[in-house]
Formats: sequence, C-alpha cells, structure tokens
Amino acid sequence: MNMPSPKKTAIAKPRGKASKTVKLPKATEETPKVESPLKELEAKRERKNVLMQGNEAVAFGALDAGCNFFAGYPITPSTEIAEILALELPKRGGTFVQMEDEIASICAITGASLAGAKALTATSGPGFSLMQEGIGFAKITETPCVVVNVQRMGPSTGMPTSPAQGDIMQAKWGSHGDSPAIVLYPDSVKESYELTIRAINLSEKYRTCVILLLDEVLGHMRESVMLPDMANVRVISRIKPTVPPHWYKHYDENQKYLSPLASYGEGYRFHVTGLTHDALGFPTNKATEAAEMMERLRKKISYNIRDLVQIESHQMEDATIALFAAGITARSAKAAVAIARSEGVKVGLLRPLTIWPFPDDAVRKMLKNVETVIVPELNQGQLINEIKRLTKNKSDSNVIGLQRVNGKLITPNDILRKIKEVM
Amino acid sequence: MANIPQRVIHDYLRHDKKFPHVWCAGCSNGIVLGSIIRGIASMQIDRDDIVMVSGIGCSSRMPVYVDFNTLHTLHGRSIAYATGVKLHKPHLKVIVITGDGDCTAIGGNHLIHAARRNIDLSVILINNNIYGMTGGQCSPTTPHEAIATTAPYGNIEPDFNVCELALGAGATHVARTTAFHTQEVQKMVVEAIEHPGFSLIEVVSACPVIFGRLNKKGGPAQMMKDMRDGSIPLTAVDKLPPEKVEGKIIRGTLRKDVKPEFCAAYGELQKRAQAMGDVK
Repeated sequence: MNMPSPKKTAIAKPRGKASKTVKLPKATEETPKVESPLKELEAKRERKNVLMQGNEAVAFGALDAGCNFFAGYPITPSTEIAEILALELPKRGGTFVQMEDEIASICAITGASLAGAKALTATSGPGFSLMQEGIGFAKITETPCVVVNVQRMGPSTGMPTSPAQGDIMQAKWGSHGDSPAIVLYPDSVKESYELTIRAINLSEKYRTCVILLLDEVLGHMRESVMLPDMANVRVISRIKPTVPPHWYKHYDENQKYLSPLASYGEGYRFHVTGLTHDALGFPTNKATEAAEMMERLRKKISYNIRDLVQIESHQMEDATIALFAAGITARSAKAAVAIARSEGVKVGLLRPLTIWPFPDDAVRKMLKNVETVIVPELNQGQLINEIKRLTKNKSDSNVIGLQRVNGKLITPNDILRKIKEVM
Repeated sequence: MANIPQRVIHDYLRHDKKFPHVWCAGCSNGIVLGSIIRGIASMQIDRDDIVMVSGIGCSSRMPVYVDFNTLHTLHGRSIAYATGVKLHKPHLKVIVITGDGDCTAIGGNHLIHAARRNIDLSVILINNNIYGMTGGQCSPTTPHEAIATTAPYGNIEPDFNVCELALGAGATHVARTTAFHTQEVQKMVVEAIEHPGFSLIEVVSACPVIFGRLNKKGGPAQMMKDMRDGSIPLTAVDKLPPEKVEGKIIRGTLRKDVKPEFCAAYGELQKRAQAMGDVK
C-alpha cells in the first residue's frame, strides 16, 4: 500500500495482533523438548507464583474451568487470550478456530455449546458491538457461553490501547429486547482468573451468555499471581437430562428455572430457534406462551440474585464517605481509601464483582449509612445513574460523580481531591 | 437409488407438533424438503446424527418441521453456527438450509469462508430470487431488470451466480438443479452429505405468490414448466449452439474435488500439538 507511513509511536493499529506470536515449529522426531517455546507457559501451569497478564489469566481460567472451544477474531486489546488458547486448546483435545469476524465467532461458540462444548470468545469494543445479536440469540435459546470484553475507549474505533469503562450499559442492554444479563467485572489479574472460572460456571448453571468485562489496562497489566491447585478449583457443568427423549423439554421449568440441557447427537433431537418459543422450543405466537418465556428469562436471574451478586465491602463499617467503583477504577479507589484513612478521613469502598444484576441491596444499605457517595468511572456517567435510581429517601446520601473519558485512568489523587471537595 | 415410498417422508416430519407449515400454496420449499428427506432416508443415517441448521427466510423455516437435531438461527449466520456444531462434534452430519438473501447477502462472508476452509457442511441453498418472507424485496439473485417491491422500476443491479461464487471461494463440491427436478435434488443431497468437504447445492425454486406475481410469471404450474424448459443439463451444454445455452439454468455437478477437510486437518493439528509437550 502506498499510504504515508504513520508516526511509529503515536498510532496503534485499531485491530490486529498486540503482542508477539509464539511460533510453533513443525513437530518432528528431532524437536528438542527442552527448548520448547512453551517453556514459559509450562512454568505457569506448574502453579508457581508467576508474573502474569490479565489476558493470560483469563486464558488460564478458561482452561481450568474446562473450556474446550474458542472461536474468535483478532482485536486489540484482547488478542492474547486467543493466542494462548490457540496454543493450549489443541494440546488438551479442545478446539480453537479463528473465524471471519466477531459475528461468526459468537455464532460458532453458540453452535459448539449446543453440541456440548464449554465455549468462550474474547473481544473488545467494536467486536462486542458486532456480537450483540448473537448474544441475544444465546440468551433467548438459553445456550451457555462466555464473552470476554476487554474494554477499550469508544465509541467506534476509539482509542484501541487506552482504557475506558464505556461498555457497562452495553453489557446489559446491548442486544435488542429485554434480556437480563449476568456480567462480571474483576479488578486484578488474580481476580480475572477467578472470575473467568466463575463466568463459565455461571453460564453452565444458568444456561445463558455470561459477559466478563475487563479493562484494557487490566488485560495488559502484569501482576504476581499464585494459581490455585486444580483440586481447589470448583468447576460447574450443565445438568444433563435423565428423562427419555420423548419426555425431554428443552426449556423445562423447575423451581429455580434452571433446567437440564441436552446436546446435539445424544438422541434428544430438540429444536432451537431465536423466535419466541414454547417449553419444547418450537416457535409460538400465543401471548400466554410468549409471556411465559419472557418471565422465565427474567426470573432465572432475579430469583437467584443471592447466588449471582458478589460485592466487596472495604472499610465501610464506620465510613461517612463511600466510593463506589468497579474494575481498574476500584484499584485507584482502594489506594485513595488508604491515603484518606491515614489522614483520619472515614472513607470506604463498595466494589461490585458482579455488575449485572446490579447489587441493589448493598447499594441501598450504603445509601442509608453514609453521607456522600462518590462514583468514579471511566465514562460519561453510567454506574452513577444506577446509584441515583436507588436514591429514594431525602435522608439518603448525596451522590457525586467523578468521570473521565480521555484514555487516562482516574488516579488515587483525583479521588482524594474529590473527597476533600465534599468534606 | 433405492425406491423410497411416500410414507417415509411422513416418518421424518414432526407432524404431531408443527403443522400446518408457513409456506404459501405453490411454493417450492415443500417439494425440496421432500427430496431432501428421501435422500437422507435412502442413506439410512441415524437421525440422531443429523443436525439441520438454518438462518432466516422462507426456506430457513424448514428445520422446525423435521425430526432431526434442528437449529433455526439468525439471519445470515447459519453457516457460522453450523461451523461450531461440526467442529465440536465432527461425526455429526451437518446440513445447512438457506436462501439467496440469507446466504449471499447478509451471510455472504460466512459462505465464502466456510468454502475456503473446506469444512464438511452440506449447504442447500434454495434460490427463489427474492425475499419472500418480508414480502418481495430485491435479493442479490433477483435477475437484472426484474421487479421487486424495493425495485419497483426494475432491478438495475446485476445478479450473483451463486455457484460461481462458491467455486471462486474454493468450495470442493458445487452443484445446481431446480425444484422441478426432484430426483436430481435427491441425488445431489446424497452426494453433498457423502462428500468429505464443503458442498453447496443451489436449488433454483419458484415463488409464485410474490416473485411470480410481481413479474407476471403465470402461476405455480407455469413456473414449474419454466424450470423444466428453461434449464439444461451440464452434459448438454457443449453439444448445443451458444444461443440455445444463453439465459438457461445449467443443471449438474460443477465441481467435485477431494481436498483436506477442515475438521480432519484440525484433528491432525491436535495430534501435532500433543506430540510437542505433555499436558500437566
């Protein structure tokens, strides 16, 4: 191409490989095992305390949770997840496929899941937007799968290597129609590993598409991590039907709306459609059946809030000022709490690990107990509106936002300044 | 080919669940479905091993009526879903039912990449030259100058030759016939399922209620006759003068090559990767 060459330092490719690719030499009889390019990864698998990237932690979490199918498309800043799984999955009998785009990727993992796979894909902003229709399909057909969205700054191509938390609402409302969501949001490399396992577990248990939100800086940041022994990793797999095929209902109702799931090729010969369907899975136009299906999707989440919501309460016992932050911003908030506390200011932090369904009860309690809530976030105000939604009483705390969307993080000092402003 | 009695079709339908079907009187989809079922029945494949995947459109409603593992997906995405199913369980026979709009407009990208990969899917594209379900809009195979509700002054765009598109993308098995030639459809479906690689079967079909009405094609029977008289077998093309070939639908197997299949190649890759280092 005859395009003028861009400044090498300033411009990052919007899509493409962000890191070195590990080249697989052809396996011949002479291939010396000692000099395997996988050495570094082998060390990580031996569960020593290792320096690891957020994206690597996601890949290892996926493998430990039993993920055996990945379909994806390269996009910064999530590409390392695909690269590691391309290397690791075939060794374990799993499947890695690079699809023609992100739409094909979400479709392929849904198809694989219906055939019985534990399937995952990883992407970022533009790819996440493309996947929305497929995410809706996985939700209405109650097919387990996990989408990892390593958030970058948007809208559109935005700033591919800069952090932002602009996809919080999209993760819930991105697909058309009402579709209750399960979205998890880690704040460290270790937690990226843990929540990836949890995301896969929840997708299998609740038969839905679970989204894991990561921040760009978290995906690329390296931290020391001690991975647990496999014996301590809790892995959940979908419940298989035990009834004879002619009794099988693809969307059978039991008390908590968590029904068994058959796979293609096992004799059940069920029908799956993105159309509104009845309990057997066949399309319906009947109002009662349509309402039943929609209620089922809603109740599956809302009846199990206690199991789904995870929240960290940090120094909130005597706090008069509370910070409410998620992901990487919560790291700055935690540092700000430590500094403020050393100066005698009673500040605490409430951090959701499950961002959807929203931790309403914990937030209500916070609003009752503190004078002011500060909501730092890397967007133009998304989480803050959820907090304000829960502010009903005059006695509830004052809710103040701290927003930044310029590709830079909110620092502990930024938060400290805000704390001093409201004191 | 084994002589399959009519009763067989009935055995393969979800007749106690999902009928009557949505197709208009005179539509070719039912005829094509009959041929597909007769083809599958003649092969005596365990129906638990068949997955029928479709997208959105008239022909894509087919899977709901048949007693296989069935997956009715998003508009254009049937091949991408089918790729996931096939890759995870390569022993399953995955048949994709799609239409001209579904497969060559919104789903064109998935078609060419599945063909390039040579993944063992049997894609049956029922080409009625129009978007029937949404009421008659112009599709990539609507003939030049034909009328559609979104081309009320005639279609100014050239149309796709679907089979050449697949050939260009590297499909290893490509064939074309019409809904009139039911025996040929049946034979081609069998060949597609048996073929170890990507197959595309284009079945030219009639949409008398919408395409036919808009373009004054003279009703279902006339459109059937047109498919009979307006098509010639591939074997006859060389023997006829060019003016008799011009504008005709050419029926037959346009390519049948055996090349490395994607799932098999992936199996080899797994072995290679496993030989490189033990998993702990």
